[in-house]
Amino acid sequence: MSAREEILGRIRTALKDNPEAPQIPRQYRQTSPLDESALIELLVDRLIDYKAQVSVVDAAGVPARIAELLAGAQSYVVPTGVDAGWLTGLDHESGERRRHLDSTAAPLSVAELDGIDAVVTGSAVAVAETGTIILDGSPNQGRRAISLVPDHHICVVNAADIAGILPEALRRIDGTRPLTMISGPSATSDIELERVEGVHGPRKLDVIIAR
Amino acid sequence: MSTFLGMPSLPVYGTGNLFASESFPTAAHRELGNAQLRANLGHATHTIRDKRLKMVAELPDWEQLRDAGSAIKESVMARLPELLEQFEENFTARGGVIHWARDADEANAIVAGLVRDTGETEVVKVKSMATQEIGLNEYLEEQGITAFETDLAELIVQLDHDKPSHILVPAIHKNRTEIRDIFLREMPGADPQLTDDPAVLAMAARAHLRRKFLSAKVAVSGANFALADSGTLAVVESEGNGRMCLTLPETLITVMGVEKLLPSWQDLEVFMQLLPRSSTGERMNPYTSLWTGVTEGDGPQNMHLVLLDNGRSAALADEMGRSALHCIRCSACMNVCPVYERTGGHAYGSTYPGPIGAILSPLMTGIQAEENNSLPYASSLCGACYDACPVKINIPDILVHLRSVDVDSKRGKKKLPSQMDAGMKAASWALSSGKRLGMIEKGLPLGRLVAGPDKKITKLPGIAAGWTQSRDIPAPPRESFRSWWAKEHRKPDTSSAPEPSQDKEDQP
Repeated sequence: MSAREEILGRIRTALKDNPEAPQIPRQYRQTSPLDESALIELLVDRLIDYKAQVSVVDAAGVPARIAELLAGAQSYVVPTGVDAGWLTGLDHESGERRRHLDSTAAPLSVAELDGIDAVVTGSAVAVAETGTIILDGSPNQGRRAISLVPDHHICVVNAADIAGILPEALRRIDGTRPLTMISGPSATSDIELERVEGVHGPRKLDVIIAR
Repeated sequence: MSTFLGMPSLPVYGTGNLFASESFPTAAHRELGNAQLRANLGHATHTIRDKRLKMVAELPDWEQLRDAGSAIKESVMARLPELLEQFEENFTARGGVIHWARDADEANAIVAGLVRDTGETEVVKVKSMATQEIGLNEYLEEQGITAFETDLAELIVQLDHDKPSHILVPAIHKNRTEIRDIFLREMPGADPQLTDDPAVLAMAARAHLRRKFLSAKVAVSGANFALADSGTLAVVESEGNGRMCLTLPETLITVMGVEKLLPSWQDLEVFMQLLPRSSTGERMNPYTSLWTGVTEGDGPQNMHLVLLDNGRSAALADEMGRSALHCIRCSACMNVCPVYERTGGHAYGSTYPGPIGAILSPLMTGIQAEENNSLPYASSLCGACYDACPVKINIPDILVHLRSVDVDSKRGKKKLPSQMDAGMKAASWALSSGKRLGMIEKGLPLGRLVAGPDKKITKLPGIAAGWTQSRDIPAPPRESFRSWWAKEHRKPDTSSAPEPSQDKEDQP
């Protein structure tokens, strides 16, 4: 008998008392009553609490803010689907020279990514209550590796994509895409349960919330 | 449902690192002698307990989330065969390959074979309880394959050739200075000027592992959740080592217990609220990765999943105990347990320590395996674990149930009744009648005599000696309350007597 048949058989035998599958009580919150400005305020508060840097700008202010954050970076990577307008704040010549493009069709190697200082991506949805940003691999967010290997992640969140609570956010995305949920920069509490920000993931997370 | 012909009707128990090799009292006694360990544990468990309480208090619907989480898991257990088949179909349709493992040995052999097929001799590992349980690292080493633990705490434990003592923070028993010393001793190229600042130590681990991550071709992970309706797997982590392992290598081998399933995407919203707050006391853990089979051009292109039984079906067969399989490995029960807090995780022997381990280990191995029958007694039954459990596993009830299983398993094996048997028989005789109890209570002054002038009984005979080993019994009163009450109420005229009405004789 195959292991599969045997294990399924053992499980069926174990359930010979025919336990009933209960109805699931879903009395927990399904929506949040907050309006856009309250959502932004909560998300900012939660992101800062987990040591991310946050700026809230008008959509028109995104390019300038990105240029500012990239000022110290020798190089940066963007997914090919990134909003081209976001990069217009960068000095034309140096902006081009420092830029690396990545796509699934023409991916950078891991070693190349390791040599790049920063990454700029969009995001799929954010959760205000937990300070979480979810990337789903859409063209403006790119492959998972590009938002992981460079040490500085600059992530743009559109105000319209901020959900109040997790159930709302998860309803907005396709669970079968490669998903990364990010809540602050990488961290560990493994030594005496003291939280240390910055281990293997990007040690610096800058979030730009675009109104 | 009828019993399937040819199927084993007796539970098949698990193997691997699930056993207490010495009885809990013996191991606990030794561990309690380690003052450093107790200080480290006390500090750590209290810190995380406070964080958890604060985060749980933030949510107005915490109890509703627990109710949903508990019901979802109960439903998973009831529908397990059907959900496993559904998951298998979806995972396979998305390019993944499923392997079934009856026990630890089979799972280890499958993983080693898969690694060998890639031609690699090194793998990077994301922290995983399932691979601890089956002893994968040790097995791979025998096979000439080196497994690098990449979670900071697992790395500390691995470098020190030690065993994890907590399922969430495996190096909780070590303090910063001890960790610094381990790094200096075991980490190639460690800076001799290394301080014991946790931030500095974390950076040393980053530098140490970076090259491994960037060159690794094969990764081994566990999984926190698996969604049956889509074939999606989830890993919840903090440091980014998980993302590295799940994203950069060409081959990903995940080992997961069969009970980890959730029926659907919607259920994730419940568990991703319950787990981080219960576990690290955070609103959300820094990183969660979800993947559904192979995504072209993004992440590993060879995806394997080993579905592990290893005694889970045996636990499922115990109607009273099966809810132990609802466990999502958050470790909240450990952090609130007065026994765990003092003995630490090593005293439990098994990969799964603390209250949940005290029920899960004997359920998976059978109560008679090695010293696992001592584990259900490693509790004061205070119930703190039940209160803290995000999926409401009634651990105290299952502990009591397993104690009875233990007693039943020994019944009739010994020819002569033990002191405990005799004591229980005597107690049953005495306590079943008020008259008999009253008669025995007449002997109380005898106890005063034994207690002597300092009014303490410091040593009881026989098995009762265990009680007085660490505490004294105060001298008994001159007479029992019942006899005092009866006497007082017989004389309604005396001034010191309480209200004379409702005077009642002892129940016969």
